[in-house]
Amino acid sequence: MEIPYTVEARPDTGLYNAKVGIWLFLASEVMLFGALFSTYILLRVGAPEGFWPHGWLNIPVGTVNTLVLITSSITTVMAWASLKMNQFGRFKFFHACTLCLALTFVGIKSYEYHDKFIHYEITLNDGKIADGHLVKKTADEVVISGHYVEDRKELFDLRASGATHEHKEIAIPRSQIKKMENYGPWHSTYLAIYFTLTGLHALHVIGGAIVIGFLWGPGASLWKRDPERFTNRIEISGLFWHFVDLVWIFLFPVLYLL
Amino acid sequence: MSDHAAEHADHFREHIRRYLFVFYALLFGTLITVAASYIPFGNRAMNIGVALFIAICKASLVACYFMHLISERKMIYAIMAFTAFFFAGLMFLTLWTYADPPFHTVTH
Amino acid sequence: MQASSHAIPHPHLHESAHHEEAGFWSKYIFSTDHKVIGIQYGFTALCFLFFGFCLMLMMRWQIAHPGQPVPVVGGLLESLLGPIAAKGIVSNDLYNSFGAMHGTIMVFLAIVPLAFGAFGNYLVPLQIGAPDMAFPRVNMASYQFYVLGGVVMFFSFFIPGGAAQAGWTSYPPLAVAIPTAGQTFWLAGMVLLITSSLLGAVNFIATVIQLRAPGMTWMRLPFFVWAQFVTAFLLLLAFPPLEAAGVLQLMDKVAHTSFFLPTGLAVGGNLANISGGGSPLLWQHLFWFLAHPEVYVLILPAMGIVAEIIANNTRKPLWGYKSLVYAVLTLGFLSFIVWAHHMYLTGMGITIATFFQTTTMIISIPSVIVLTCMFISLWGGSIRFNTPMLFVMAFLPMFGIGGLTGLPLGFSYSDIHLHDTYYVIAHFHYIVAPGTIFALFAGIYFWFPKATGRMMNEFWGQVHFWASLIFMNLIFQPMFAQGMAGMLRRMADGGANYSTARVPDAIGGLSPHMLQLHTYILWAAVGLALAQIPFILNFFWSINNGKPAGSDNPWHSTTLEWQTPTPPPHGNFAKAPHVYRGPYEYSVPGHPTDFTPQNQPD
Repeated sequence: MEIPYTVEARPDTGLYNAKVGIWLFLASEVMLFGALFSTYILLRVGAPEGFWPHGWLNIPVGTVNTLVLITSSITTVMAWASLKMNQFGRFKFFHACTLCLALTFVGIKSYEYHDKFIHYEITLNDGKIADGHLVKKTADEVVISGHYVEDRKELFDLRASGATHEHKEIAIPRSQIKKMENYGPWHSTYLAIYFTLTGLHALHVIGGAIVIGFLWGPGASLWKRDPERFTNRIEISGLFWHFVDLVWIFLFPVLYLL
Repeated sequence: MSDHAAEHADHFREHIRRYLFVFYALLFGTLITVAASYIPFGNRAMNIGVALFIAICKASLVACYFMHLISERKMIYAIMAFTAFFFAGLMFLTLWTYADPPFHTVTH
Repeated sequence: MQASSHAIPHPHLHESAHHEEAGFWSKYIFSTDHKVIGIQYGFTALCFLFFGFCLMLMMRWQIAHPGQPVPVVGGLLESLLGPIAAKGIVSNDLYNSFGAMHGTIMVFLAIVPLAFGAFGNYLVPLQIGAPDMAFPRVNMASYQFYVLGGVVMFFSFFIPGGAAQAGWTSYPPLAVAIPTAGQTFWLAGMVLLITSSLLGAVNFIATVIQLRAPGMTWMRLPFFVWAQFVTAFLLLLAFPPLEAAGVLQLMDKVAHTSFFLPTGLAVGGNLANISGGGSPLLWQHLFWFLAHPEVYVLILPAMGIVAEIIANNTRKPLWGYKSLVYAVLTLGFLSFIVWAHHMYLTGMGITIATFFQTTTMIISIPSVIVLTCMFISLWGGSIRFNTPMLFVMAFLPMFGIGGLTGLPLGFSYSDIHLHDTYYVIAHFHYIVAPGTIFALFAGIYFWFPKATGRMMNEFWGQVHFWASLIFMNLIFQPMFAQGMAGMLRRMADGGANYSTARVPDAIGGLSPHMLQLHTYILWAAVGLALAQIPFILNFFWSINNGKPAGSDNPWHSTTLEWQTPTPPPHGNFAKAPHVYRGPYEYSVPGHPTDFTPQNQPD
């Protein structure tokens, strides 16, 4: 006996098996990201007054990434609709766009991550703090392009301050450095949850892109043998993709704007 | 057969109009979220509220139209409703334990 | 008794076009057949159950005879594990490792894979009349993730520093601050195991929703299927927060983040070089959000097994089928909002503590309903006291004791005294050991003839039963007394440090009598170990030499799994069976036989 309802819908539920499966999986993903959002809220609420960062992420870059993902969502649904209208060529075009947009998203994210990893906070022996992007490192000194602050608190709320400080090149002899740390996840709980949330999200983007890529490439041969089953696979992978977009719709304002 | 295909295509053309409309709404929503974050409401809670409200609207559009949730079956609604309830429980009950300390400072 | 007259005919190989004769590897190792996967889960889980049991024996030795080399295996311990087991003694660190891993292995590698992965996988498709699970390849993947997770957990014993030591609960900051890699292996293992469970859960739920045979309505499902269905939902929705938390703790360990590490943390007298700002309580919330539903994952499949065996061996329908179904649905729902009753002593406010006490008290109601329905089901039955039935009948009072002793723990006032004491250990072991494990034993004896066509030996089954029952009670009963006397959990010296022998005028010190109980418990544990020997031998011997079952349905059962050939072939049924009646039509008045299978037309 073959497994029924792999393609045709079961009469009483009106669903085919994989659709039930993907929604169940998405439910578990809601709980996964939900736990991380709860973590974000708790860490933020628990942070001492004035020490939760604002404006540490580049808003125009984040906005572009948001638009990229939203566009990939429409190309995904158009790819599925094309198949439903029996237009295989248009499906190929739309999902090629989806894949390019996915790559763009990950590329922009990598740029953002890199920017954080070359951004240093250096505490000097005399208590002054230098903050800026790395220009070069030698055996006896570190050169950054940034500024000095007296009080560490000044580094946190960059949106309220409004005024941009001028960046000049500062050379710091290593002998004067008490502690040097870049803006990785170890720097603060804000960056920790930022990297974790966006990192996990990016893994989902990559995973989704791999599945869509497979279905676009070698997997597309199923279209000739069983077009309805292939269309369903595009629908299922599309649902996952929309979920990934949905998570970003919350991630962007929460991490970048608030 | 071609009549059926033509009806099928028309049916989808209607859907595609809807998808494009949602797309434009999402683009617009993104831009106003960014703009709203610059408006000084005075207290931060207002900014948070506005941003989350817009995010929920955008998410609902993606879920209802791109994910076809608006025309989905009861079984899927049931699964997602329970999930939403438990997610809310996790978030709010955890926050509540933090907000409810074991003792209150006595003020004379 | 024409047991096979309505048995589903054997499907002919040429009808199912894709099934050419499969090779050894694809038939037994990389199988996508739910029955093979179920048996794979079963064997692996039983191996881990045995391993976890051995860890316990060594722990009980150390508790009863602190600082003395473990007899028989001491030398082996030292050669396998090195300095942590110097001279064959269970050192404090090794004791902590054994404790943490005993809990982890028993819960995540033994009981859940056996109850859900093995019994669930094997029986659910058969009982609903389906050819297999909805996603067979996902099923195979879930088993593979389980094995991978188990391998990671097992090998953590042999890395420098040994296995995880911070309890199965892995509380930070301790879990993060311990410098060895055991905790990292634990976290990695957990992520793999959680992935396995999530894949399994998606499969079970989709299968029950979509693949029920024609006529198999929701209210005709065997209670076992309902129990597994709710269990799957618990796994699906409760595990992801722990997966998230596991990733966060991994980042704390490996990427030096401070999700769970507070500002100002000092380790070994020195301020830790971390950003701080984290919350140890956050881990507890995320952990217990899973771990409370997890305990229902441990008990629900067992309740399902008990229900099936009671109906079958009383020759009458289960009493209160509808109540059972609604109770189990309510139980599943409520289990998500009681978790902080594990956290009463973390400084919770009164309002929130009241909320969790209230939900905890309410959740005892459906549990009592389930137990009551099962007790009432015995009334007026023509009880057959075979081995499965004995285990199941013992389950009822044993689970009753376990459940009732949970009530003082559910109230925050009494929990202040009992939290983290041996009382808690006794409470949950009563539920899982003479509770769930007895149900699983019953299930093995009961469904053995369906998988093998042979019966397990009845005499040795009864020996196994009586010995296990007596020794389980001798092990865990004294622990209630010890706990109420204030003996804390997780003490490598068994509490000797807090004894009145060491500090004669200590207030609340442990009396010699309380410590003496450790010796009796040790002997009872050895007794329990010996009691398993007839079971293990019986199990393996009966596969090829047991009394032939005589028919496909030796217990004269009504549910669909008994209406297939033995063992059920690939694809289970030649074509979808049609279901005409409910699952427990036993002793229907006027009917020639005392049972009517679900697929028998009028």
